[in-house]
Amino acid sequence: MRLKCEHVWSYVSEYIDGSVKAQLREEIEEHLEHCEICTAVLDSTRNILILTGDERTFELPVGFSERLHARLAKELVAAKMTGEIGGASLVEE
Amino acid sequence: MKDDEDRFTMAGGGGQGKERTEAQIRAERETISRILAGETELFHELIRPCERMVYLTALSVMKDESEAEDATQEAMLKAFRALRSFHGEAKFSTWLVAIALNECRRRLRTAKRAPTDTLDTGGTEGEGDFTPAVLTDWREIPLEALERKEIRLALVEAVGELPAIYRQVFTLRDIEELDVRETAEVLQVSGNVVKVRLHRARMLLQKRLAPLLKASLPGRKRSFWSTT
Repeated sequence: MRLKCEHVWSYVSEYIDGSVKAQLREEIEEHLEHCEICTAVLDSTRNILILTGDERTFELPVGFSERLHARLAKELVAAKMTGEIGGASLVEE
Repeated sequence: MKDDEDRFTMAGGGGQGKERTEAQIRAERETISRILAGETELFHELIRPCERMVYLTALSVMKDESEAEDATQEAMLKAFRALRSFHGEAKFSTWLVAIALNECRRRLRTAKRAPTDTLDTGGTEGEGDFTPAVLTDWREIPLEALERKEIRLALVEAVGELPAIYRQVFTLRDIEELDVRETAEVLQVSGNVVKVRLHRARMLLQKRLAPLLKASLPGRKRSFWSTT
């Protein structure tokens, strides 16, 4: 094993994202074949990312969408009446 | 670093199908043109796919559901009022996220309650222990576990308690699935900073959640992950 565990840990994120260079990826995979600890670190990190990325984990508050569109509706109608649509600056005065 | 390498390539990760086709982008631009021409009611449909993304961005900064909702509403109103300034350089959703972040920062400044680590600079950069929890075995926790409220809460709390600079990057990259370049753009930091912060966020979450999840869900089947 050429790579130390600490070295592998420093590349966990890039390895998961598929952005490590081919040579390093090979070295990491060679290390993983013999290292239960780094394999578990990698597996658990991936598993946690899948769980946190699922839509069920972070839910919108109940009634969020209705309240948002109700507030927008007033603005949209007013803009239609005046004909002043979409021309404001985002830069604060 | 090539753009395609910047994509979130984890097999099965997050999977909300956010890759957009050219046809969708054309339809979005057409809708914006019609809104600017007077069909203002179409703005409802334009923002509907982005609501969750904008809210979670606001939540990652404000940390409070009610304040995040207020900031989201205000950001959407500002986006409508400034719609003519959207020229399609970025994706519309990314533009909305940037507006939401600015709105949240403005609110924190106004409330004068922004500790240094609440903004994108300063804070805990470079400090802390980012080594993972050392385990010798990991048994896969299936998505069905999310039916359990205590599991969802543990995940939400763990993300919520990340230092702000890591929480914001994690939210944009791993929950909303922006790529490195988009995340760097909206946070106004370099791509390398995004990668470093994301790595640290993931390690902090692994360290906290892996032992906790392992203890709360014993007796699962061993997982064999694909590394492709």
